[in-house]
Amino acid sequence: MNHRGTRFLRLDVLARVEGEAALHLRVEGDTVAETRLRIYEPPRFFEAFLTGRGHTEPPDITARICGICPVAYQMSACQAIENACGVTVDGPLAQLRRLLYCGEWIESHTLHIYLLHAPDFLGRADVVELARDQRAAVERGLRLKQAGNAIVEQLGGRPIHPVNVRIGGFYRTPTPDELRPLAERLRQARDDALETVRWVAAFDFPDAVCDHDLFALRDPGRYAVDTGTPAVMAAGDNGRAPRPILLSDFEQHVREGQVPHSTALTATLDGRRYLTGPLARYAINGQWLHPVAAEAAGEAGLGDPAAGAICDNPFRSIVVRAVEVVQAVEEALRIIDGYERPPRPAVEVPPRRGAGVGATEAPRGLLYHRYALTEDGTLTEARIVPPTAQNQTAIEEDVRRAVQARLDGPGPAADDEELTRLCERAIRNHDPCISCAAHFLDVTVERA
Amino acid sequence: MSARVVVIGVGNPLRGDDGVGPAAVEALRGRVPDGTVLAVSDGEPARMLDLWRGADTVVVVEALRARPSRPGQLHTLTVADAAARTAGAASTHALGLGECLALAEALDQLPSSLVVHAMEVADVELGARLSEAVRSALPGLADRVAASVRQAYERNHER
Repeated sequence: MNHRGTRFLRLDVLARVEGEAALHLRVEGDTVAETRLRIYEPPRFFEAFLTGRGHTEPPDITARICGICPVAYQMSACQAIENACGVTVDGPLAQLRRLLYCGEWIESHTLHIYLLHAPDFLGRADVVELARDQRAAVERGLRLKQAGNAIVEQLGGRPIHPVNVRIGGFYRTPTPDELRPLAERLRQARDDALETVRWVAAFDFPDAVCDHDLFALRDPGRYAVDTGTPAVMAAGDNGRAPRPILLSDFEQHVREGQVPHSTALTATLDGRRYLTGPLARYAINGQWLHPVAAEAAGEAGLGDPAAGAICDNPFRSIVVRAVEVVQAVEEALRIIDGYERPPRPAVEVPPRRGAGVGATEAPRGLLYHRYALTEDGTLTEARIVPPTAQNQTAIEEDVRRAVQARLDGPGPAADDEELTRLCERAIRNHDPCISCAAHFLDVTVERA
Repeated sequence: MSARVVVIGVGNPLRGDDGVGPAAVEALRGRVPDGTVLAVSDGEPARMLDLWRGADTVVVVEALRARPSRPGQLHTLTVADAAARTAGAASTHALGLGECLALAEALDQLPSSLVVHAMEVADVELGARLSEAVRSALPGLADRVAASVRQAYERNHER
């Protein structure tokens, strides 16, 4: 519609529950002048909600921030509280936590790959359309996702918002016999996961390059999931050793502040634009992939991460996610095969005055928690830095580049509808918490 | 053979009125025959399909945002009604119930009987409370769901 000489386009505005987002795009002539992504941030509410509560409560409360990655919130919360109380959880309890987390990676990545992202590459409006002519593929995706659900349900006690997790460990640990059916299911899931890599690797990918600094946990010897310390690989530093950061200094490096083009708070890492999530994890941890996952990555054309190969085309993140699903399946099988039931389901975590930090790799990127508590365990402060907030600036830059490339390219002028679809794709590449809401993404294109 | 009846309350109890589906399911405890599955879900399609696998009758309880809104107003939708609405218009959830039903249909995974009871809601801001309008309409919603469950068993008995 026309409004005071400026052209706006509005899409359906209704926001879904877990994510609400709006994108504002301003085009001046043939130049993208501004991209501004507004994202919904439930953690701000939860930070206030947690203050005054007991130190045992954050795992249950923060699990409700996101229906897609509750385990990530639980694990970062547990680590931060345990860190504050001077307790380390290791051995089989730590292995069980990692197993639970692998279940969430499988669930979340598979949901994104099949139900949300693949339709973009196959010219289908959504997964319903996709299911009509690629039924076997969609069924494979659902089957694979259900293998992840089964892990979360077994260890978490129920399918959504797991209730079996507590600081120090679990309320109840499974017997090896109880895990055996999971292993059988995962051996089938391995075939589906490998087929998924082959399926997505054959998609057509637009040419695109991102040059964000990459930020992920690093845990030499294994692909970081729930362990490791933060590390940065500066843009262009492919193959060089990433620069480590002390987790206790996280908030000195990651700063949230205003940037000139936006009124929203956006994060920078040492003053620079950066990206967290699969592309960063793959660059920083790829050399420690399980051999089966590494081979799948090689066949999919991702190059050898041990030789310094990184994936810098954000559209190919779907391939990295598929490889990470293979990794999670292999890791889950390894844990189940070596599992012995721990003597106690949890270690004691007596409260003490102090502060603690925790960080884990949520499917969509690094998730940081910090808590301060009193002697009796009352929380006096909670700080949660989710991956989507960290990635906002990088996503805006990707959107800008994608639209600019289209405006610079040959062919007829792009209409607003085409630009909207392109913006949604550029955003969906990073599986933000809002990605399932992409159909509700409220996009305004302003042309001056 | 007894009927397999699954009731699914879709919603997030920490998003105000969005918790009306789970609240209605909670209100049904002790009011439905043993063996009736009472479940709560975030509405994510893969989990929904999992929940109703093998079920004869599925009753979904949902929050619904409408414009203009009449909080507390009840709606009963058939599969066709619900699937015909776009996800955005009918549901407050990720891939909406409409898409979930359309996906199930495309994959031949719709149960033989499915009904949706929905309530128009007022406030889905973060917070654990139902609004007054929704709370006072909750017993009516639970009655409708209980009636659907009862009918499912009666239907099965007649067969």
